[in-house]
Amino acid sequence: MPELVSHPEEVKVISRRWGQGAADIDKYIELGGYAALRKCIEQGPEWVINEMKTSGLRGRGGAGFPTGMKWSFVPKQSEKPKYVLVNGDESEPGTCKDHLIFLHDPHSVIEGTMIAGLAIGAKVGFIYLRGEYRYLIEIMERALAQCYERGILGKNIFGTGFDFDALSHTGAGAYEVGEESALMESLEGKRGVPRIKPPFPAVVGLYGGPTVINNAETIASVPFIIEMGGAAYAKLGTERNGGTRLFGISGKVNRPGVYELPMGYNLKKMIYEVAGGIPNGKALKAVVPGGASCPILRADEIDVGMDFDQMGKAGTMLGSAGVVVLDETVSIVEFALRTIKFYQHESCGWCIPCREGTDWLKKTMTRFYEGYGTTKDIDNMRYLAENMLGRTFCPLGDAAAMPMIGFFKKFRDEFEEYIRANPSAPESQALVELVGA
Amino acid sequence: MADVNLTVDGKKVTVPAGTLLIEACRAAGIEVPAFCYYPGLSLCGACRMCMVRIEKMPKLQTACTTPVAEGMTVHTETPEIAQARKATVELLLGNHPLDCPVCDAGGECELQDMTFKYGAPTSQYVEIKQHREEQQWSPVVYFDRPRCIMCYRCVRVCGEGMDVWALGVQNRGAGSVIAPNRQDHLDCEECGMCIDICPVGALTSDTYRYKTRPWEMNHVATVCTHCGDGCKTTLGVRRADDGMEIVRGDNRDKSGINEDFLCIKGRYAFDFANHPDRLTKPLIRQADRSFATATWEQALELAAKKLKEVRDTKGPDAIGVIGSNRTTNEENYLLQKFARTVLGTNNIDHHRTADYVSFVRALAGKADRAASLRDAGTAPAILLLGNDPTEQHPALAWALRTNVRLNKAKLFLVNTSDIKLRRQAKAFLHIPEGGYADAVRFLGSNDADFHGIEGAADFRDALRAEPKLLILFGSEFRGHDIDALVSFGLSLPDARFACLADYANSRGAADMGLLPDLLPGYRPVAAPGPFAEEYPNLPQKPGKDLIEMFDAAERGELGALYVVGANPVERYNVDPASLKNTFVIVQEMFLTETAQIADVVLPAANLYEKGGSVTNSYGDLQLVKKAGDRAGVRSDLELIVRIADRMGAKPQQLVPFGRGLRADTGQSRGAQSGEADRHSIWLASRQIEPKVSPFDPYAVLDEIARLVPGYDVERMNLLAGNDVRTKLVSIEPAASTTRRDLVLPAQDALFTSGTLGRYSAKLAEVHESHRKSPAETAAD
Repeated sequence: MPELVSHPEEVKVISRRWGQGAADIDKYIELGGYAALRKCIEQGPEWVINEMKTSGLRGRGGAGFPTGMKWSFVPKQSEKPKYVLVNGDESEPGTCKDHLIFLHDPHSVIEGTMIAGLAIGAKVGFIYLRGEYRYLIEIMERALAQCYERGILGKNIFGTGFDFDALSHTGAGAYEVGEESALMESLEGKRGVPRIKPPFPAVVGLYGGPTVINNAETIASVPFIIEMGGAAYAKLGTERNGGTRLFGISGKVNRPGVYELPMGYNLKKMIYEVAGGIPNGKALKAVVPGGASCPILRADEIDVGMDFDQMGKAGTMLGSAGVVVLDETVSIVEFALRTIKFYQHESCGWCIPCREGTDWLKKTMTRFYEGYGTTKDIDNMRYLAENMLGRTFCPLGDAAAMPMIGFFKKFRDEFEEYIRANPSAPESQALVELVGA
Repeated sequence: MADVNLTVDGKKVTVPAGTLLIEACRAAGIEVPAFCYYPGLSLCGACRMCMVRIEKMPKLQTACTTPVAEGMTVHTETPEIAQARKATVELLLGNHPLDCPVCDAGGECELQDMTFKYGAPTSQYVEIKQHREEQQWSPVVYFDRPRCIMCYRCVRVCGEGMDVWALGVQNRGAGSVIAPNRQDHLDCEECGMCIDICPVGALTSDTYRYKTRPWEMNHVATVCTHCGDGCKTTLGVRRADDGMEIVRGDNRDKSGINEDFLCIKGRYAFDFANHPDRLTKPLIRQADRSFATATWEQALELAAKKLKEVRDTKGPDAIGVIGSNRTTNEENYLLQKFARTVLGTNNIDHHRTADYVSFVRALAGKADRAASLRDAGTAPAILLLGNDPTEQHPALAWALRTNVRLNKAKLFLVNTSDIKLRRQAKAFLHIPEGGYADAVRFLGSNDADFHGIEGAADFRDALRAEPKLLILFGSEFRGHDIDALVSFGLSLPDARFACLADYANSRGAADMGLLPDLLPGYRPVAAPGPFAEEYPNLPQKPGKDLIEMFDAAERGELGALYVVGANPVERYNVDPASLKNTFVIVQEMFLTETAQIADVVLPAANLYEKGGSVTNSYGDLQLVKKAGDRAGVRSDLELIVRIADRMGAKPQQLVPFGRGLRADTGQSRGAQSGEADRHSIWLASRQIEPKVSPFDPYAVLDEIARLVPGYDVERMNLLAGNDVRTKLVSIEPAASTTRRDLVLPAQDALFTSGTLGRYSAKLAEVHESHRKSPAETAAD
């Protein structure tokens, strides 16, 4: 079990029970678990949705869509069954928060799922875990089994007449199924490729039924919001960015780990105070603020609050709040190659710009890294990435293009320096002629 | 649904709500390019070529997945859009092999067209392209992976359109590849839809690949010669030493009754035309019973002399005539006219594959209740009794599947077998063998039980509740069973009917009077109406049917038998010895079982080598066009006229040429052969103006339109290449003679096609390969 980190600046809401054995239902109940569910059953769906709206909770997967609003889009009447779907396909490089939730507090996910089900009128929830998280499935399965044993899942829960079933499922190792519609395809047993929207899942989702699909952290936040009240939760964060967020800080910092901090927390402070600064007295070069798909920030751009709106203004995204810190020893060229290798490997291949674009970016970037790059290559790659942006079927293409554009825009000099520092091999003269200098 | 108004490139457009933007643009005459979008198939949004700018939307949107909205303002060609499309083409070309000079699709490739339009003249990429070896997936389908642009059209048409699901996608990302769902081969119906729908040259056909360039072919739109659906097929034809070679069949322009559908037969089974066994010289039986080649003059003279001799000595009743299911209406009409007016006999018949006589009698006076093949694609509910369209009427099966899939039509099936269309059926009544008549009786009754079949009464009640029903039935229904079915149908609010027969012109053969008791249009020979004036000395007594002719031959009473494009010896298992006293004249493409016992064999052109018209099972009339001349063969029309001429009949009386709209349509030989000169001498000697031809099928069509009820169709529409409805105007029930059941179903399946099919090497190869490893998909 990975070591948990802690810092006085943290505001522990959803990480409150971590490290206390709450994966076991008795401990979970002892620490106040499933009280929120009881309360919700008493108060009814409309009250729940209102609390969610008041809380200002926005989707923790990265897009930041207001959760209460999402739930309210689900039609009240439906011929087909409605579903709650938990997106635990946490695959964004630099992100490892859901992993800890599943490990330390799986019942918060189950309870959140049930509350969401109650709110939208669903009787079944699916908890979809990343394929590589197979070791977590046992924990989740055990938690679910305990719920059934205690009558917390199944028929007539708490004798209130509320019925709900929850199941878990794992992916097969595709980043793409983190996209909500691809996840539904995967869960239905098909190829993990995204669906055309509209219709949106709230109307036509899993098995064609109205579906609420939320990130695992979003869902895990739900019982805590009910417990403390939407208004109190909202106050923890900034305007229109309610509550706290699990920030996963990795890379060149002294104390990497997952910290729960209020929304809008200053990035610079997060790196230098919470995570203990850069090791060995090195200088900061850049930060990827919200997972690999977010455009990179230079060292001089990090004095900014970490919420959806402020990050947008800074020209990047909060994303999955996976903060990757790069110091002066890190080569942006190598980092760019690592990034595009990931997206090329994970592109599902459905649409042309993403399938072919990531592949050509990777091929060109690989050659560039190997020392056979030309200045024209930098222009070509930027052109290519810019022509992918906004044109792909699903956000994966954008997720690949955005960071690449960021590297070329903000660190062009480093790419040019890389060419100079790696004098081309003699045979590459022909290449220069072919590509252009 | 209400209409929606939008503006596309400044044009105001009004379309029904729910229309996709790409279709709305097309309605406004604006083409939005797309690879993956294909009307009628599920939406993909994968190629990103159809990106357009919709005002008030942050990003470019795909026109193929966006439904129109009121007040939408759309721009389809801006520098931003052109750049987006150019970038996509650049990416596709990055891995595309650019072997256009040898690629089958070169010149008719959508990627070439897009590159031409949006221009991606220089490549940004220097890395090596992905290459994979070409694969053969079936006897007809080849896959050249590097050319594939992953539009998924093939996967969708195979699954959604054909309900075969033989193709899928393997791997992920840049490694994604279209692949058969069963290891290395397609477990499929070999329809070739995947090849035709491919926008590039990734999927190619065994019959066409690396053979020619599209611009080197003539493209001839005609009608498939195989089954009774009468699909339009455009033949790709090129010159060959012996005249012409057909190298391709498709219907990409969707202009026909079959839209873009063709099965293996229409697409690939044209190769019989170039089979090495094709007869190209007349044959005459020698004293030692062997065949010797002869000149046309010798052969025609002998045939005419013998027919005349038998007629004049033994009487007209000693001659029998057997026509074809695959010759044109004009030839069939002419053949019966020849039999009745020149030979003077009603001894004429053909291989009947459906009981049209009973069908027409049952629908007497209700011509509007006869259905077109097009109705199968639009009817809200369909009842199909008997038959297995997937095997016997592939275009009908396609129309039914498509109608169910896109229009939610309700398909009701009554069958003794678990046919594949069951997958599309709303209800299926699985009846015991031979139970059709019983089933119809049950459908018309209020019985609670039918052979203890569960849900039978529900089936019947649901069927009867349909306000509009199309009733299709196969050759399982004959005689009074048809009467019973039709009267059940007429008891419903609104039912239409179609009777399914097996060959390209089975319906036409019956309509044109290749029947011993009925004249063209099912007019009884005893009550000939206008034919009495038109046909001098028309015999009034019904003639011998096909079986009776062979019985007469056995008794030594049949002096001559004239067989045009039929193989009764094989079909009816005739003992060749029984014809030893009969002089047999056969017009054929091949030395069939019947031709082998002939005394004179005249090499005939097939349906792809002549003009005329054919009528499909449903009564839809279409023109066939000559794909090209072939050396050594003549059309049956010409041969009938030539024989009649040599018997002393006046060609003018047989073919009312000069009255028609068109003169020579090229049935006579080419100018290079010297035949043209001989032809004009022949015309002059008979006081015929050289500008008209006695071999003009349109002159015969004029007479058909004039004399055959229901065939008075709009000629311009027909000439334009459209299918035109014939009207079924029928015999009075009382006037018809009830003869015995002479229907003999062809028993053809997807990979067989009667005698003709045996001479299609491709069809035979596929048949053999499927016999060795039967398809498994049909079961699931």
